[in-house]
Amino acid sequence: MKWDFAFTAEILPKMLWATGNTLLAAGMGYAIAAVIGLLFALAQRTPLRILTYITREIVEFIRSTPLVLQIFFVYYVGPEYGLYLSPWVAGMIAIGLHYAAYLSEVYRGGIESVPKGQWEACTAINLTTMQTYRRIVLPQALPPAIAGMGNYLVAIFKDTPILSVIGVAELMQAANAVGGQNYRYLEPYTMVGVIFLVISLTSARAIRWFEATVRRKLGMQ
Amino acid sequence: MTYASFLADYGSRFVDGALVTAIQFLCSLGLAVVVANLFGLMLLSSNPTLRRAAVGYVEFFRGTSLLVQLFWLFYVLPLFGITLDNFLTGFLAVGLNLGAYGAELVRGAIQSVPRGQWEASYALSMSPAQRMRRIILPQAFVTMLPAWGNLVIELLKSTALVALIAVPDLMFEARQLNNTTYLSTWTFGTALAIYYVFSRFLITPCMRWTERVMARRIGRA
Repeated sequence: MKWDFAFTAEILPKMLWATGNTLLAAGMGYAIAAVIGLLFALAQRTPLRILTYITREIVEFIRSTPLVLQIFFVYYVGPEYGLYLSPWVAGMIAIGLHYAAYLSEVYRGGIESVPKGQWEACTAINLTTMQTYRRIVLPQALPPAIAGMGNYLVAIFKDTPILSVIGVAELMQAANAVGGQNYRYLEPYTMVGVIFLVISLTSARAIRWFEATVRRKLGMQ
Repeated sequence: MTYASFLADYGSRFVDGALVTAIQFLCSLGLAVVVANLFGLMLLSSNPTLRRAAVGYVEFFRGTSLLVQLFWLFYVLPLFGITLDNFLTGFLAVGLNLGAYGAELVRGAIQSVPRGQWEASYALSMSPAQRMRRIILPQAFVTMLPAWGNLVIELLKSTALVALIAVPDLMFEARQLNNTTYLSTWTFGTALAIYYVFSRFLITPCMRWTERVMARRIGRA
């Protein structure tokens, strides 16, 4: 089997377009995960013990079951109750919730790293809980959390190929389609591998640089 | 149809699938441990060629997605005349991939062994092999066990992907059952529950127990 450069050139536009979709899926999934993850993390810090307990169990459950099964679950279970989700919507919900569970742990670690004195000082100057979180705690919880958040950004990107199982038109799905039409799998699958390698290595660099910048800006070294 | 009669009819399929998943898990765990130790030690080697090879391996397997690697091994390798059995392809891909993550854990743990331990074994004129085997590795092992706990759960979850190359594991059986019965909530729900029991009530306690035993054996705790 030899590498066919003409074929590579022919499918390249299709693959690059699909790369755009992959990045979009990763970005949207991450945005959902970032918001829901914060809710998961904050829910575990309320004085309501039962809420803490339930959230903890949900997070544990999501973290210990496979993403691919969760994607199938969300996609196929909806219609049983009359809720028809498109592959994109189902995929975003599944991957968003999955990584929300992981991000909530990162946030929790970040919030717990804020010294106790900061909380006490907030009480002393009469800040509300909302103000305490928004102005004092979360800005300081962010820098230690950036490395972990960045790792999961790369991880979510690398998990997007799993969305192809329910037919989300991302990179893996495009490679399957191109390969099936032409009976040539060498070029499409190898190209997917190369594209993933390039993007994840560059983004890992970018995240390290970003973390250093944020730490400098906030005066933490 | 009630859930009880559903289980009576199809329960054996779940059991068969769970067994295949368990075997896949053990095979890929074995491979991942070997790969992790080999490349983890190579990452610390004083020989630049070995070190570069290990860095290349780790970056490659961590940078490209597991599903891409799995499909590449399954669809592209046969084009070069190497046809592997589905089952073998499955645990090769999972083991090689998770082994790359494990290699970083091994490297980190060995580096975290205090400087004095290295110097003391040097002072006792131990050979490098003796020093590694009797002084450094046992301590590194205890240090990295908690991180391995997470990695082992990831490994179990990753084995669900081998269903996509038709290894009849738990995920595969659930998908087949869903296609024939259309009872999505029950089939996928049961599979999710089995994965959850595996990781929460089998793997996690096992890892905790190993952590305790090993910590006691080297006299910490």
